[in-house]
Amino acid sequence: MIATAQHSVPREPEAARAAERTELFPEKAHAHVRFSQLGKIYEGQQGPVAALQGIDLDIQRGDIFGIIGRSGAGKSSLIRTINRLEQPSSGRVLIDQVDIAAFNEDKLVELRRRIGMIFQHFNLMSAKTVWKNVELPLKVAGIPKEQRRRKVADLLELVGLQDKHNAYPAQLSGGQKQRVGIARALVHDPAILLCDEATSALDPETTQSILSLLREINHRLGLTIILITHEMAVIREICDRVVVLERGQIVEQGPVWQVFGNPQHEVSKTLLAPLQHALPEDIQARLLPQPSDICSSVVLDLQFTGSTSHEPDLSALFSAFGGRVSLLHGGVERIQGRALGHLLIAISHSPLSVEELLIRARKQAQHAQVLGYVA
Amino acid sequence: MWLDRLWQGVIDTFLMVGVSSLIALILGIPLAVILVTSGKGGIFEAPHVNRVLGAFVNIFRSVPFLILMVALIPFTRLIVGTTYGVWAAVVPLTIAATPFFARIAEVSLREVDHGLIEAAQAMGCRRWHIVWHVLLPEALPGIVGGFTITLVTMINSSAMAGAIGAGGLGDIAYRYGYQRFDTQVMLTVIVLLVVLVAVIQLGGDRLAVRLNKR
Repeated sequence: MIATAQHSVPREPEAARAAERTELFPEKAHAHVRFSQLGKIYEGQQGPVAALQGIDLDIQRGDIFGIIGRSGAGKSSLIRTINRLEQPSSGRVLIDQVDIAAFNEDKLVELRRRIGMIFQHFNLMSAKTVWKNVELPLKVAGIPKEQRRRKVADLLELVGLQDKHNAYPAQLSGGQKQRVGIARALVHDPAILLCDEATSALDPETTQSILSLLREINHRLGLTIILITHEMAVIREICDRVVVLERGQIVEQGPVWQVFGNPQHEVSKTLLAPLQHALPEDIQARLLPQPSDICSSVVLDLQFTGSTSHEPDLSALFSAFGGRVSLLHGGVERIQGRALGHLLIAISHSPLSVEELLIRARKQAQHAQVLGYVA
Repeated sequence: MWLDRLWQGVIDTFLMVGVSSLIALILGIPLAVILVTSGKGGIFEAPHVNRVLGAFVNIFRSVPFLILMVALIPFTRLIVGTTYGVWAAVVPLTIAATPFFARIAEVSLREVDHGLIEAAQAMGCRRWHIVWHVLLPEALPGIVGGFTITLVTMINSSAMAGAIGAGGLGDIAYRYGYQRFDTQVMLTVIVLLVVLVAVIQLGGDRLAVRLNKR
């Protein structure tokens, strides 16, 4: 894993941001979207199935908020309760402090125009050109033609598809289709953008370009982005906060660096596994529980969870051990301006005891443990 | 002399098929839309309406045209005042064609990806907007294909209408070709019908392909 440059600008600490929000914009102290004891029950063939239960969650204005979980965890149902494509069975959804459950068709239509949505399979109208697809939400809202023309042109420029306005969706690549989807979703200047597995059908390169477009939109337009995904990499790339959903319940939530640096729940760990530096098999095979002779190296796993803002200081670390230190494996990446990762090191010829080595290691790394010994 | 008669037959066939298919088109599409949208999970969910309409369509679809035509004679008299001639044939033809076409159009409408309906809802479309801007345009190639099949089937049925003196090519082939053993008339009519059906099918297919942007 490589530390990517775009993460190197440190973000303000969470608490300071919240405080600033409250002081400068009192109306922003309230959650943009709030779920309160939300539940959803489907009538399955073998009786009722709880897709969501007891969801309590606040999503702040301007955040990029990730919802992750394995398939069937209830992510789709949860995101769809925000624009009421899905009707909750119990609990409430508050948007700008307004309970949307009682909305009639008129108010619902108005609400949905304030909430854009993009989809895994893009859901573009195949019989309409790119232009007409983007124009459709304005047309059904009765916006005058001249205004529509300007808005569509602006948005196609924003997503970089000016020259494709006469093409049909079938003539576009997956990434281009999703750009059309994004333009269509933004055409009413929404305050919230919902992304339903928006990059899951795209290749890694296109995924990157769509994610940076979303990040840019978040910065430029200041809208709240709520996305669901089963890929931790997507969360790492753009999200500020994340919740982990399992069997319709929230099992973990927090700032992304925290959940990534120190996942608590089994599901989070499983989802994170592909991104982590597991012990390489050849080293694993050589590991011994006890030192075989005086020259054996002790293998330490140093974990950086990002809970402090400074980077791992390698020279301090290595000089503290007083012996030969070799780096076996590992990497540190930056998420939200914090250093996260594992370093596996082997130490030999150190005059210090293993206990002393661990104490010194823990001054630098947030966690340190002995994995074993190699000859 | 028989050329005149043949020409009259062509005009009669065109009239019968044209008028009744136009009515079938106008009635069949709304019928198909109601059948699709009133079903379970549809945007205008109404299970009772759906069941009653569905049963109605099935009844008319299951009666063979010849029998339907005879059974409808009192109704035809009520509508057009006569049971004889081109206009008398239009009534049963329309009544047979409408449910037939509605069922085919229904299939095309049903094939519209549910994701598109969801996207339309998410962008703030009202239900009628979804019908007009999503369901119908997306299903149009299929509906055109279905209408082509309906037209061909109706040329077929219009020949049977000759049995109650409706006129048209089928009538000429039956009376002059079959009953008077006039092979020349028979063959001419067959060639004409083959050409007519081929032209309709080809035109319909072309149009459907042109409309299909998928």
